[in-house]
Amino acid sequence: MARPSVEINSGSMADISFLLLTFFLLTSSIDTDLGILRKLPPPVPPDTDVPEINKRNVLNVLVNKYDQLMVSGKPTDINSLKQVAKDFLSNPTNSPDLSESKIIDIPNLGKVPVTKGIISLKNDRGTSYEMYIKVQDELTAAVNELRDQLSKEKFGVPFAKLTNVDYSDAISTAVPVAISEAEPENIGGK
Amino acid sequence: MARFKKEGGKSVPGINTGSMSDIIFMFLFFFMVITTMREATLLVKIKPPMAGEVQKLEKKSLVSFIYVGPPIRIQYGTETRIQLNDRFATVADIQEFIAREREARDEADRKLLTTSLKVDGIVRMGVVTDIKQELRKIGAFKINYSTRKKVKNLE
Repeated sequence: MARPSVEINSGSMADISFLLLTFFLLTSSIDTDLGILRKLPPPVPPDTDVPEINKRNVLNVLVNKYDQLMVSGKPTDINSLKQVAKDFLSNPTNSPDLSESKIIDIPNLGKVPVTKGIISLKNDRGTSYEMYIKVQDELTAAVNELRDQLSKEKFGVPFAKLTNVDYSDAISTAVPVAISEAEPENIGGK
Repeated sequence: MARFKKEGGKSVPGINTGSMSDIIFMFLFFFMVITTMREATLLVKIKPPMAGEVQKLEKKSLVSFIYVGPPIRIQYGTETRIQLNDRFATVADIQEFIAREREARDEADRKLLTTSLKVDGIVRMGVVTDIKQELRKIGAFKINYSTRKKVKNLE
């Protein structure tokens, strides 16, 4: 005996899925994590000799506890830091005050000058984190712009748009992130 | 004009709500895909500074977070505090925290573990430096300064 088919009431299904939806909306957050990636140096054994670095190859960036900036002995504005760093690393005019470079043969790029310059960043314990990030941001921007420049010259596209990993590795080798953070100083107190 | 004449006695058919749930489920999946679960209940106020040159953090499961900022609830004071997981902690706890985070991951993934520092803009660098020194000691070298994206000036 065939029974008449009973229709299942699916009206409350929508309510249940609404509940799930609100639950997920409340427990999750949309924010994607953005940030500046850095690699910390491994701890140095106490009896290691300080490697000899030519003075012209170091750009000293100091930030004091009043968030004031000093670059290679001169008080500098944060807005001009990027240009100073770019000039220092690329040294377009071969000035004897700015960093040296040596020609290195990099696969996919050929012989390119790679800077020996190091940006030494030193901050006080009283420097605000906001200022520190601003300085890091400007220095990263300087490196990224130099990478873009080289990438456009060699491959015709900006660095971020390079899809070939070998190419982007080559650019990263040619323009390294040469930011060294000195041990902090405690002048201004906490 | 007879065409527009109302035919009396005919009832309005009920709206079928069966597909409603499908639509809501679609919403649900959409939100599940684009959002991420909240990692911890924040005990400290964090308004990360802005930066233009930001990168996206990849592989969220391989990121451990350290929160630094002034406490949200005033009874904990206004002094900068460090939060690990759901508790307040001190700089001395960081090594243990990283060790536990490593334990929780696969052997192969441990090298890729990134530490994301979520720090409020007003925090002084002294605390951040102490944290970084601790991370160096235990060998967690990959770090990420969490920032908000700055809208680039149109030039």
